[in-house]
Amino acid sequence: MRRVVVTGLGLVTPLGADVETTWANILASKSGAGQITKFDTTGQKCLIACEVKPADHEYGFDPGKRVDHKIQRQVDPFIVFGIDAAGQALEDAGLTDMSEEDKLMAGCSIGSGIGGLPGIESESLVLADKGPGRVSPHFVHGRLINLISGQVSIKYGLKGPNHAVVTACSTGAHSIGDAARMIRDGDADIMLAGGAESTVCPIGIAGFAQARALNCSYNDRPEQASRPYDKDRDGFVMGEGAGVLVLEEYEHAKARGAKIYCEVIGYGLSGDAYHVTAPHPDGDGAYRSMQMALKKAGMTPADIDYINAHGTSTMADTIELGAVRRLFGDAIGNVSMSSTKSAIGHLLGGAGAVESIFCILAMRDQIVPPTLNLDTPDEGCEGVDLVPHVARKREVRAVLNNSFGFGGTNASLVMRKID
Amino acid sequence: MSDTADRVKKIVVEHLGVEAEKVTEDASFIDDLGADSLDIVELVMAFEEEFGVEIPDDAAEKISTVSDAIKYIEENKG
Repeated sequence: MRRVVVTGLGLVTPLGADVETTWANILASKSGAGQITKFDTTGQKCLIACEVKPADHEYGFDPGKRVDHKIQRQVDPFIVFGIDAAGQALEDAGLTDMSEEDKLMAGCSIGSGIGGLPGIESESLVLADKGPGRVSPHFVHGRLINLISGQVSIKYGLKGPNHAVVTACSTGAHSIGDAARMIRDGDADIMLAGGAESTVCPIGIAGFAQARALNCSYNDRPEQASRPYDKDRDGFVMGEGAGVLVLEEYEHAKARGAKIYCEVIGYGLSGDAYHVTAPHPDGDGAYRSMQMALKKAGMTPADIDYINAHGTSTMADTIELGAVRRLFGDAIGNVSMSSTKSAIGHLLGGAGAVESIFCILAMRDQIVPPTLNLDTPDEGCEGVDLVPHVARKREVRAVLNNSFGFGGTNASLVMRKID
Repeated sequence: MSDTADRVKKIVVEHLGVEAEKVTEDASFIDDLGADSLDIVELVMAFEEEFGVEIPDDAAEKISTVSDAIKYIEENKG
């Protein structure tokens, strides 16, 4: 069977415009949260977010580095973040100058949970104020979710599968899992896989706040607002950014002497069939998703050293933890489980990809990232290492990443180090 | 150079992300400045906003160079 390995990584996050800066800030227990600067929050219930920082910030993002000026003007920020992260991943993998033969077998699976909401919002106002004749001719293809995959394929000449997942907050994990399957099935040798999001805009913040999903009670203490598993948690903090991985068929990577981070060995998917926003109270969907990923990997819970949890800082945190406890049994005593959403917020469709990259770096550096603000673990957290406050060195042989989305959609990935 | 020409060139530089010196009067939007047909639609909208003129589709289709745009605007602005 064809095996799938990871050979390149790219990140744009509220804690850095590249992989190493973000990771160093994560391990240093920094928070990317702050007051919203992108728009006037007058009248909003939620005033905070984890924004990608501007270019002049210590770890800000310069869109001009990898995205043409003209494209920046035409597309929503999630596409800009995605193109940049994909470029980073290709550079990291040493694949910016592929042969024509390789390009035919190289594709993209970079999705988003919501897509170009800021542009839909602003162009709707143009329509209302000035009429249809003033709507941008780039409106549609500047907002569509599959246009990261589209733009990246055009920029780098990638002629293989061109795919984009839309499964809310599970998007990033599903994107990686689907892309790995395409490589396994022989559709491609190389896939850029991941997700991006940027919905820090008036309608995005208002919509999630009205759905009672966002934290609205820590507006004066933004860095403490995202607090997964803590008894005082009160909703997620919106993040933005992108994560993209280069997935590659193992023999292809070996033949060209590529740096190999790890193997993508297990992928599980399930549906809750319960409620549009709330997870099933007994964590049944999460349980079956993780169980399938482990089964496909041919592994048992005792083989997993680290779980990057979905852990959004909502009531659902302990439901996920309950599902992990049920699946892991006694093996729960060995595993470390943390939520990096405590540091960078919830990147929605980007979350699963960004967090998979943190899992991979945990294996590379043999250290697990912390859950910030976990001052008083809630009931149900007993006996589980949730890595409160500070990162910790430990053995990390294999990892599990969970992502769950509105609609009751669940995805789990298992990755392991290879010799 | 006329005021109209300056303002047209400024819009072209901003929208197409090209260097100002490349935006000569005989430059073709598509052949010389890297625009596609949708970029021209957007440019025409920007000209309409900037100069308060209406450029109907049949007229817009005939605008292919910087000087075509300047000439149309000079002849039709109020």
